Amino acid sequence: MGPIGENEFFFLMQGLKWTVLLAVVGFIGGGIFGILIALLRTSKMKVARRITAGYIGVFQGTPLLMQLFVVYYGVALLGIEVNAWIAVAIAFTLHASAFLGEIWRGSIEAVPKGQTEAANALGLHYVSRMKDVILPQALKISMPATIGFLVQLIKGTSLAAIVGFIELTRAGQIISNQTYRPLLVFGIVGAIYFIICWPLSHAGSGLEKRMAKAAR
Amino acid sequence: MLNSANDRSTLISLEDVQKWYGAFHALKSISLSVRKGEKIVLCGPSGSGKSTLIRCINALETIEEGKIVVEGQVLDGSTRSIDAIRREVGMVFQSFNLFPHMTVLQNCTLAPMRVRGTSHTDAERLARKYLERVRILDQAEKYPAQLSGGQQQRVAIARALCMEPKVMLFDEPTSALDPEMVKEVLDTMIGLARDGMTMICVTHEMGFARQVADRVIFMASGEIVEEAEPEVFFKAPRHERTKTFLGEILAHH
Repeated sequence: MGPIGENEFFFLMQGLKWTVLLAVVGFIGGGIFGILIALLRTSKMKVARRITAGYIGVFQGTPLLMQLFVVYYGVALLGIEVNAWIAVAIAFTLHASAFLGEIWRGSIEAVPKGQTEAANALGLHYVSRMKDVILPQALKISMPATIGFLVQLIKGTSLAAIVGFIELTRAGQIISNQTYRPLLVFGIVGAIYFIICWPLSHAGSGLEKRMAKAAR
Repeated sequence: MLNSANDRSTLISLEDVQKWYGAFHALKSISLSVRKGEKIVLCGPSGSGKSTLIRCINALETIEEGKIVVEGQVLDGSTRSIDAIRREVGMVFQSFNLFPHMTVLQNCTLAPMRVRGTSHTDAERLARKYLERVRILDQAEKYPAQLSGGQQQRVAIARALCMEPKVMLFDEPTSALDPEMVKEVLDTMIGLARDGMTMICVTHEMGFARQVADRVIFMASGEIVEEAEPEVFFKAPRHERTKTFLGEILAHH
């Protein structure tokens, strides 16, 4: 058994950095495409609704791990050389956009119909109707579920280890193999995940309670 | 009645309008013409199509047959015609439909800025003018949820007026209000009517109809059954269904 010292801890922190970066990139990329998907999913165009429904179905109906494999090896098969970081970022963006798109579709539809009618009666066009009236209300409604998904995404980044990406969990595994102290190492790794995720979950359920009270 | 006596050109006309919801025939060959400055009260039992009728005028509902013309613009389903008509037609809803995430002032400035391209300063000036007119300017910085139902509905009226419409549609504006708040909204509407606004009001407030309406139209089962001046309408209704309806509704007042 080896000691767990400064070097080992630094190595874990390097892993944590990639975990956070992956989650942030997945969340931002997923957020941007997720909005697009939610808008297409609620649009008047039947084809757009069908295609996005299929997209959501595929990414919700298959394991994230498999999605990582497909993007990682699939992109290589297309003859495009990308590093693991880009491939994993693409996979997480696709994954997150499907889930966030579906969450936000639900919240767009949860905004009372009278809001759209009032906006229409005032002559507001689609862009203003969405940007000024519907989306601000929908995003508020979606906050608890959105935060819940962010927590899932942060934990889901651990799967990136499978394609050789050294994020927090993989870093823990490497340290554990070197020091033969799996319980201690993964205890620390678990605690780090918890410190990040628990405040988010807590904030999410706090928001939910406050909104339930406001809606009465 | 007052200002409009010398200007009686047609503002809205409906010709043989038909609407179906699936197999349900919601509007049966409705023809109606509204002159500038005219105030019309639409009444009838629930499900008679009166709300549907006014919602067709600003294209919140589509029609299957017939012709709707507003201020010379034929409503042909094109975005252009819908835009043109919605610029001239203001609407007030039963459930207010204020934007809850915006202040009263923001509710009023949004459409002028986005639709008419009014500057922020001018939009605010306009909003303050109409909030003053519905006597609620002191609440301008509040959010809708902080206001009473009657206040919210007056804000909704101001919001519609900020687009300076030629005609206002009211879809049961007092039906969702507690009784003590009905009067403040009706008074606001009476004020509007006095100022010469063209109005089509779906309402069961018969006192309002008597006081303000040029014509009362009674609808049942998607048809216009009877229309007359309020005096005639209330004193000497011709149709059996009108008599029954009036009997029921006046018994409660």
